[in-house]
Amino acid sequence: MPSSAVKSEMNEQATDRLKNIASDILLEAKKQGADQVETSVSIGQGLSVNVRLGEVETIEHHRDQGVGVTVYQGKKKGFASSTKLDSSAIKEMVSAACAIAQYAEDDPFAGLPEKESLASYFPDLSLYHPWDVSAEQAIEIAVTCEDAARSYDKKITNSEGASIQTFEGTRVLANSLGFNYGYPASRHSLSCSVIGGSEGDMQRDYWYTVARKASDMEAAAMVGEKAAERTVKRLGAKAISTRKCPVMFAAEVSGGFIGHFISAIRGGNLYRKSSFLVDSLGEQVFPTFVNIHEQPLLAQAMGSAAYDGEGVATSPRHIVEAGVVQGYVLGSYSARKLGMKSTANAGGVHNLTVEPGDLSFQQMLKEMNTGLLVTELIGQGVNTMTGDYSRGAAGYWVENGVIQFAVEEVTIAGNLKDMFKAIVAVGNDVDLRGNTRTGSILVSEMTLAGS
Amino acid sequence: MSDLIQQAESLILQPVGLGINDIDQVMGGLLSNQIDQADVYFQTSRSESWVLEDGIVKDGSYNIEQGVGLRAVSGEKTGFAYSEELALPNLLEAAKSVKAIASKGQSGIIKAKSYTNAPSLYAPLDPLDTMSREEKVRLLKRIDQETRQIDSRIDQVIVSLIGVYDVILVATEDGSLSADIRPLVRMNVSVIVEENGRREQGGSGGGARQGYEYFLEEDRAMGYAREAVRLALVNLEAVDAPAGNMTVVLGPGWPGILLHEAIGHGLEGDFNRKGSSAFSGRLGQKVASPLCTIVDDGTLENRRGSLSIDDEGVQSQCTTLIENGVLKGYMQDKMNARLMGQSPTGNGRRESYAHLPMPRMTNTYMLAGDSDPAEILASVENGLYAANFAGGQVDITSGKFVFSASEAYLIKNGKITVPVKGATIIGNGPDVLTKVSMVGNDLALDSGVGTCGKEGQSVPVGVGQPTLKIDGLTVGGTHA
Repeated sequence: MPSSAVKSEMNEQATDRLKNIASDILLEAKKQGADQVETSVSIGQGLSVNVRLGEVETIEHHRDQGVGVTVYQGKKKGFASSTKLDSSAIKEMVSAACAIAQYAEDDPFAGLPEKESLASYFPDLSLYHPWDVSAEQAIEIAVTCEDAARSYDKKITNSEGASIQTFEGTRVLANSLGFNYGYPASRHSLSCSVIGGSEGDMQRDYWYTVARKASDMEAAAMVGEKAAERTVKRLGAKAISTRKCPVMFAAEVSGGFIGHFISAIRGGNLYRKSSFLVDSLGEQVFPTFVNIHEQPLLAQAMGSAAYDGEGVATSPRHIVEAGVVQGYVLGSYSARKLGMKSTANAGGVHNLTVEPGDLSFQQMLKEMNTGLLVTELIGQGVNTMTGDYSRGAAGYWVENGVIQFAVEEVTIAGNLKDMFKAIVAVGNDVDLRGNTRTGSILVSEMTLAGS
Repeated sequence: MSDLIQQAESLILQPVGLGINDIDQVMGGLLSNQIDQADVYFQTSRSESWVLEDGIVKDGSYNIEQGVGLRAVSGEKTGFAYSEELALPNLLEAAKSVKAIASKGQSGIIKAKSYTNAPSLYAPLDPLDTMSREEKVRLLKRIDQETRQIDSRIDQVIVSLIGVYDVILVATEDGSLSADIRPLVRMNVSVIVEENGRREQGGSGGGARQGYEYFLEEDRAMGYAREAVRLALVNLEAVDAPAGNMTVVLGPGWPGILLHEAIGHGLEGDFNRKGSSAFSGRLGQKVASPLCTIVDDGTLENRRGSLSIDDEGVQSQCTTLIENGVLKGYMQDKMNARLMGQSPTGNGRRESYAHLPMPRMTNTYMLAGDSDPAEILASVENGLYAANFAGGQVDITSGKFVFSASEAYLIKNGKITVPVKGATIIGNGPDVLTKVSMVGNDLALDSGVGTCGKEGQSVPVGVGQPTLKIDGLTVGGTHA
């Protein structure tokens, strides 16, 4: 049988080695005529195993490395990246970045972030918990997970398998303002996807668990059972007729719904005026009970970071308070374009948290009374410029607060501006797995198109 | 040995001090008598992008990628490792961990070397070098200036230019060695227009496996710009889209994304071997109206979705998926073909050396029918004409697929009337083609913009179709 343990190599020496490479890159870029430089260097390794129908399907050994450099010559910018870390590759990469900067044009807003905004305090966020798991052990866990799914119900007829992925990596960020810092981080996940069938109908659903620390993952059997339960519930799904009705986004899809808001207050969309929330700072976008926070410094959370992609120090903040927008999502470039300060969001938001309400999932269904509970969305039909929203949905029809039957092949549509205002309640059934932590969200009315 | 193999050898192996004999040694490390299939995939690629916004070329990037992927397959089990370090000891170490997928057995026998010589469907050029940096910057600035003159309502113009030079060398367990040099260029123009406080956008682009001069020929670059402006201005007039089930007429070309989502993914070999596709076990059955014949064709010269050989060294071909409504074949990579007792179809593709190959589409399109497009529209009393799409997605198990219209109009009494806002259209893959009641004589392929995502891997693809009339799809507007 296969054998290969993931042996942790993300020690202090590894971080120091990357910091040295980063310093070399800064020097090389200065030598080649750059006025300002930023570089990131990363290495990573991991193991993924997939099992299907009780047998190993794939064992993948991952080993990655990469480096990127941004140079500024005056107000002209160039970027290059490479998968090679040796000194000749680095020279080649730096000169490619400088060549681009030479041909780019002056952009008055280009440049590194302001020096005083850079992080100087680096709390231990407990993000690195290597998992010394062998391929055999990983296979065993995945088989346990898939077995639990396959034996959950006779209607589970096939499987797409269960998989374990474990990854650890170190990334260093350095710039010519004196920043040079890096830290290791880990990520482990287990997922399972099974297929159910009855009377010619075939449905698939999945579940997953993810954590920085392997012992924080949900138990393998529980992940399998949830995947199976979700699949079985979808059997017999049908389309329903076109109507206007309340829509409740289950917690696992609510993060995406809130993601559309974040996208609309992102700097790039604001300065291009390609957002329906241009000039929304201080405006009432949500009902007064909606509060959205960013919590970058949570220990062991998936989105935690003491600084953003440019080294700017993060700190906890309110993005929405009592329904009113308190801040945008900006990196230093878009901040300068807007005449504002960076919000330490170069590269994205860190642990977005929608403050949970009082209602449980069941109480949320009761609150909706009659309408569509959405558990899956497909397609890209969201227009950030206009707020127009139209996506394919699957879920359950609910009457008098009780799930009646599974629904598929319908779309839900509206305008995000109206949908945000029409939020009636946020549940306390918070999904903690992703970078956005939110309970289910109930919207009073949308257009459902169906048969 | 072919020129391509020699070129790939000098571009990938020689700089790191490796020779073709070293590949034999690595392959020897992968093989045992229980290994059915193995490959060593070397890749080096360079890519660049240039972006113009606010009237200035403000961003450019350059990327160098190089690595090797090693795979061994025993029955249905796959072992895989990759490395950015191409030194021989790293490769032998990786081979050892990959081979562990099979129970221990005798070492396999290394077969005599053979060289694959497939005809090249594109010139083995480096597109990055087909234009100087000055010319690239000048081209972007010219497009920006000329675009802004098209209409006074234009507020923003973003133009991007992307080039990729990809060299691969793949050795397989049967002793064959193949190489490919794959150029790829892409250009995109997007505009934002504003009128009376209402802002809308439009975008258009194209590309091919050629040099950048492609965009200067036939006035293509400004063609994209004019199309982007036209779409944005149409959106300024758009009213709420209807909601409900109705007759939908799809325009020719890019709307072929319908076939890619509704049918294509469901006919990929892996899903069918595992029985997870809504099309599993349906070969020989009627799955579409007799008007429909659909192929996946990787052999079209210079097209974005084409490949001279796939990433397993198998020569590309034109595979008939559906013929006159009957399901004829699946798209296969080597592993799924072997396990299903079929032949590989040249659809074994991977995003890079760091990813495992799987069955993927190339250029998927429906052949032309007999109907005049005008006659198709005239036959619809009430419905939707969808001329352009943004993107799509499918659940291959339930068969449900969506695609998002980015340019659509209401049809009233056989005539195209007002434009409607972008709406998602949803349907059931196994049903949708049975509802095709008219097929136009105007087959068109897309302009070379498609990227397909599957299990986290992106590859360039093409789609196409003639005008199609579908009797009943659900349109997801807000106007119930």
